[in-house]
Amino acid sequence: MRMVLTRSERRLLLLELLYPLVLLAMGVYGGLMQTLMRAGIVQRDPFLGPNYYQGLTLHGVFNAIVFTTFFAVAFGNALIPYALGKRLKLRWAWLSALLMVLGSLMAAAAIFAGRASVLYTFYPPLKAHPAFYLGLTLLVVGSWVAFFNWIPLYLGWRRENPDQKTPLAVVGMLATFIVWLIATSAVAVEILFLLLPWSLGWTQEVNVMLARTLFWFFGHPLVYFWLLPAYVMYYTMLPKLAGGKLYSDAAGRLVFLLFIVFSIPVGTHHQYMDPAIGANWKLLHAFFTFAVALPSLITAFSVAASLEYAGRLRGARGLFGWLWKQPYFSRKQWLFSYLIAGLVIFIFGGISGIINASYGMNAAVHNTSWVPGHFHMTVAGPVLLAFLGMSLYLLGQASGKEVRFTGLAVAAPWTWLVGVLLFSFAMSRGGLLGMPRRTNMGVTYLNPSSPFYREDWVLWADMAVVGGVIMTLAFVLYLISFLGTLMARPAAEPALVFPLAEAYHDEPVRALANFRPWIVAALILIVIAYTPVIWDVLRSTYENAPPYLPGSPLPVQPTGR
Amino acid sequence: MDRAERLTLGFSLGLLGLFFIAVVYASAGRNVGVPTCIVDREPFERDTLFERQPGVYELQMIARMWEFRPGEIRLPPGSTVDLYLTSLDVIHGFMIEDETASKAHMRLPALMAVAVPRYTGQNVNLMAVPGAVTYARVRFDRPGRYKIVCHEYCGDNHHFMNATILVQ
Repeated sequence: MRMVLTRSERRLLLLELLYPLVLLAMGVYGGLMQTLMRAGIVQRDPFLGPNYYQGLTLHGVFNAIVFTTFFAVAFGNALIPYALGKRLKLRWAWLSALLMVLGSLMAAAAIFAGRASVLYTFYPPLKAHPAFYLGLTLLVVGSWVAFFNWIPLYLGWRRENPDQKTPLAVVGMLATFIVWLIATSAVAVEILFLLLPWSLGWTQEVNVMLARTLFWFFGHPLVYFWLLPAYVMYYTMLPKLAGGKLYSDAAGRLVFLLFIVFSIPVGTHHQYMDPAIGANWKLLHAFFTFAVALPSLITAFSVAASLEYAGRLRGARGLFGWLWKQPYFSRKQWLFSYLIAGLVIFIFGGISGIINASYGMNAAVHNTSWVPGHFHMTVAGPVLLAFLGMSLYLLGQASGKEVRFTGLAVAAPWTWLVGVLLFSFAMSRGGLLGMPRRTNMGVTYLNPSSPFYREDWVLWADMAVVGGVIMTLAFVLYLISFLGTLMARPAAEPALVFPLAEAYHDEPVRALANFRPWIVAALILIVIAYTPVIWDVLRSTYENAPPYLPGSPLPVQPTGR
Repeated sequence: MDRAERLTLGFSLGLLGLFFIAVVYASAGRNVGVPTCIVDREPFERDTLFERQPGVYELQMIARMWEFRPGEIRLPPGSTVDLYLTSLDVIHGFMIEDETASKAHMRLPALMAVAVPRYTGQNVNLMAVPGAVTYARVRFDRPGRYKIVCHEYCGDNHHFMNATILVQ
């Protein structure tokens, strides 16, 4: 099936792909500078670079929030109309894109002006400029508009095709945004009722623990919002790219629905070391966190089974022969290399995630550089690679151009894999030695002339630099292919064609046909998991906090600066 | 579901169940806990260290931009410390590191340093949050230099924020 794009649709898609990639490129440069400054190799604010914490904010906000949100919206705007055979309502789609651009520009302006160096978690009572909070809100609202724009397409399709199963790709994308909508509602409450009025000076003080708890209500499901579009590609496209079929359609549906249920009541596992929340409720969140590992374990099986099927079609023998019959380095199926390299990284990301969630064991790693080591193997692993691969694919489709330099396009994810594994191993290992995260250690702990010098951390910080340089190199390889494609002459009419796989086991399962019971189950679990937590926070915080700026130990005066 | 799927699902559930039993065992059986909600404690505004009973100390500590108070703590070996922690201004992190053991780890050949994890004894890892008090009980058996490093970003001079516990 081909879906020819109108000019407006094509422009919308290109805007949603190109604009966030520009921000991502700045974020990647920021990331490289982080590793160099952290290791003490660059000890001053670099040429053309922000200072350490400003750069860290930029790196986190641009890469982890702006790029991912834009990509998920762009991917949905392309995939959902394609899979349903319906046209997007363009007026709303443009409104959503413009809100997101405006919001991200506001947040970026606040960061570049040095008025929002609060990192991407923006914990109060460190205060950012109101434009930062408002900008992030508009970005989120824009993504909600995109989601609401898909719902009538889905409902219309269901009415017209009462006997058919909703396409798996659509189930996956809608599940992604259901998780996103529920999760972002908490951060919207945090920003609109706590942080924005306080940042504007309308209210004097804020309950820090409450803000933190609302942030993590959002902050962990956020990672599934990142991960789920990649899962959509693993289930609906990877098997076809490998030359086979999806092993089980029902397993895919179950996985997406389980994510709706289990992804949200887990946030307190980021707060194991916090005061004001009962240890018993932390244990409950640990239990739910293990539950949300289940869909990922099912996915590991489904993907492996699908690849095995494809491998056996090509004549693989023996128990593991199919492993060698995959198009790992095929320039024709270059998208496969992005997905599979991401999956290899995710094996380590998943294991370290289980470790973080393991309650008491968290005390060994909480807030050490182990944590960025872990999430670079998840969000900078499967998520980033799937998003980059699909961005390049969509660029080719939406502009009617052949993807150029496919050799470099294939080399990029494998180079990235080497870089990110080196970097993450170094960060994780350093974390076990107590290396703190989010700290410019280059001027103190890793500076031989400082009284705080810690020579046992040097090896790991330097190894992270090597990984960081290789990661940057991989990104440059990708950019060459991306920009080459962008500059190429159009070869065909712009039209979408997605490599959607058929299923090997395709029996309908009635329990998996509707979202509603799963959403209800999710809401019940949220109430069970969060009522006691919020109650604890409210009764055991004895005072609220006035705003502070990162540069001064004195609170901001209520009359303004 | 075919047999392979049933097997995988059973294995996955069994694995997660096993992890959970291990967590509960560590928590209940080996007393590896996490900080909890404290409501029976008056807020404190000054840092203090006093010996409540022989060998048992109470330490009330305040983190602030960009120091811990008290900044240097001396204790005899074998001390048990009830540590209460809060923050005067923004969120800070608090982690106790055995620097002597860390230095010993450095003397391993590079390959072994990669492979052999350092023995940490026990982990004390807390968040100092304004408006809330957190608690941990720590035993210092081995003489040495224990470093406290702030591990949550707390402003421009975050990377200077640390303190020392000397057990001798």
